[in-house]
Amino acid sequence: MGLTLYDKLWDAHLVDQRDDGSALIYIDRHLIHEVTSPQAFEGLRLAGRQPRRLHANVAVPDHNVSTDPNERALAGYSGVADATSRLQLETLNDNCNDFNIPLIDLADQRQGIVHVMGPEQGATLPGMTIVCGDSHTSTHGAFGALAHGIGTSEVEHVLATQCLLTQKMSNFRVLLEGDVQLGVSAKDLALAVIGEIGTAGATGCAVEFAGSAVTALSMEGRMTLCNMAIEAGARAGMIAVDETTLEYVKDRPMAPRGAQWALAEAYWQTLHSDDDAVFDRELRLDASKIEPQVTWGTSPEMVSSINGRVPSQQSLPDETSKKSLARALEYMGLEEGMALTDIEVDMVFIGSCTNARIEDMRVAASIVQGRCKAANVERVLVVPGSGLVKAQAEAEGLDKIFEAAGMEWRAPGCSMCLAMNADKLAPGKRCASTSNRNFEGRQGSGGRTHLVSPAMAATAAVAGRFVHPSTLEI
Amino acid sequence: MAPFTVHDGLVVPLDRSNVDTDLIIPKQFLKSIKRTGFGPNLFDELRYSDAYDELNPDGARISNPDFSLNKPEYAGASILLSRENFGCGSSREHAVWALCQFGIQCVIAPSFADIFKNNAFKSGLLPVELPEALVDNLFAHVSTGKPLNLSVDLNNEEVRLPSGEAVQFSVDPFRRQCLLKGLDDIGITLERVDAIAAFEDKHRGVQPWLFNEVVV
Repeated sequence: MGLTLYDKLWDAHLVDQRDDGSALIYIDRHLIHEVTSPQAFEGLRLAGRQPRRLHANVAVPDHNVSTDPNERALAGYSGVADATSRLQLETLNDNCNDFNIPLIDLADQRQGIVHVMGPEQGATLPGMTIVCGDSHTSTHGAFGALAHGIGTSEVEHVLATQCLLTQKMSNFRVLLEGDVQLGVSAKDLALAVIGEIGTAGATGCAVEFAGSAVTALSMEGRMTLCNMAIEAGARAGMIAVDETTLEYVKDRPMAPRGAQWALAEAYWQTLHSDDDAVFDRELRLDASKIEPQVTWGTSPEMVSSINGRVPSQQSLPDETSKKSLARALEYMGLEEGMALTDIEVDMVFIGSCTNARIEDMRVAASIVQGRCKAANVERVLVVPGSGLVKAQAEAEGLDKIFEAAGMEWRAPGCSMCLAMNADKLAPGKRCASTSNRNFEGRQGSGGRTHLVSPAMAATAAVAGRFVHPSTLEI
Repeated sequence: MAPFTVHDGLVVPLDRSNVDTDLIIPKQFLKSIKRTGFGPNLFDELRYSDAYDELNPDGARISNPDFSLNKPEYAGASILLSRENFGCGSSREHAVWALCQFGIQCVIAPSFADIFKNNAFKSGLLPVELPEALVDNLFAHVSTGKPLNLSVDLNNEEVRLPSGEAVQFSVDPFRRQCLLKGLDDIGITLERVDAIAAFEDKHRGVQPWLFNEVVV
């Protein structure tokens, strides 16, 4: 019987399998940020332990950094106005210095969202096991890697042992076949899958995305798709290695070179599911039928096509779902049966580990070019995923396009995806957001989030409401 | 970690599905570099009628009388009853810390999100998965207004109802042992340090590029 990609990655990292089903797997790369690591470093100190393999780690501040260009212009962390945030950021630097962990600090142009920085630097490579104290670590599975989020106790465990105590997940293949329509992106594919199987649809599974619509995606699109695997309940999402993968990885700063590259490339080309591999579950979707998606509720599974409507209670099977719908609509300030194209937005956020890479910036800018922010839209934040994305966008003049349209061009960080820093959605305000979670209060207490693609967000910014990007009037 | 064997406690209901970790502990509290102090802000946005003021973190708050955890009949409750996919979303272990520090020792739900479940075991919080119909019954019992006290027995993997009836649940055997004995994961893994070193040597032979020095 053939092996799935996940089986191969698992087998290549299995240190010890116990009779009780638990296993010890080896971790090749551990990415660290300021929010979920301080307690882990403290744990090491208390137990008198040292990290097992320093160069398996790369740290970067991202969640809690300011994206205000003025605050960032000041040296080090002195510009961080909030004292609690400043302490957390300084603690990351202190811990990395104390334990000799490689750190890309705030002043470094390579600083950015950990899931943008990793692939950019080649810290993310095919065939790796990659963990980080952040659920969107699934992003890195786009490289044919086994990548998933862990909690702080596990961060400490990985630092101390270079291993993770875990259990094998089931194999779930999501096949997306067909050519996608104009204006449809990886984000729409991800939201359509979540709408189909629900936010717990892939709990306990490693999801492999495959099919012609997936292989047609760029690496950035693949990262967006795998990023959202966790929103379907899957800790890990992954995609087989192909020429697109190798081309992206080659010559990245931390990628192997010369003879090592040849060796690595030969190995990486085996990182796909065998033809006769058996999956525990499979979902097939016709990607050519998927339209741009908009979430209307408080969970990513509460999603419809742009031409759809907010559902009504009578369409639902049971009391619990009716109650969830009623609660979500009350929170979102929406009516049953309302057309999604009638929803007006107050704010737009283009950013996050889901959609803040250069292609996302380009798509958004191509829609914004020659247009202006709609009068009813109070603020549009465009937050590049890293300093390198920012520099590239500026070299292409994208920042000027956004600014000319009345939008804010910010410094890199997680920003209003989770709103830990000052970038927040005010109570009752409605936001078109390219991020990954529309939970109650996620972007700010009382804030109302609609998850969309960069094209949809840019269109909403200029139209003032949700519109299919390809029908935007010229 | 303190061992978990049998826990007798009062049940408090939280009748929602997909309770996410943002709801359990909102991000404004994740700026802390400590592992403690999260209890007062558990379910902050549901629990208080006023918004948290970052500029006045120790200021008095207005309790929301409609939220179950605030109701006098659930004072001292230590078993949280909720709906499917409990703990979805962010990997923040702070969510588990907040529940534990508030006094919750066990969460009963039809299903849990993977990362939350994993985190729970690390801090001695027991996630108990019971069939949906049974969870419905427990909610029905609670809605009568009579206090529901349960005995959660990890050793025998059963929840005992006041009627004396016992319902079975199942926990991953390894996690069960760790929790029963209060074992520290890192200590257990470090007993296998020779196996890790042997694996590392073999791994380096096959994929040497993984062991390159990271130059930043």
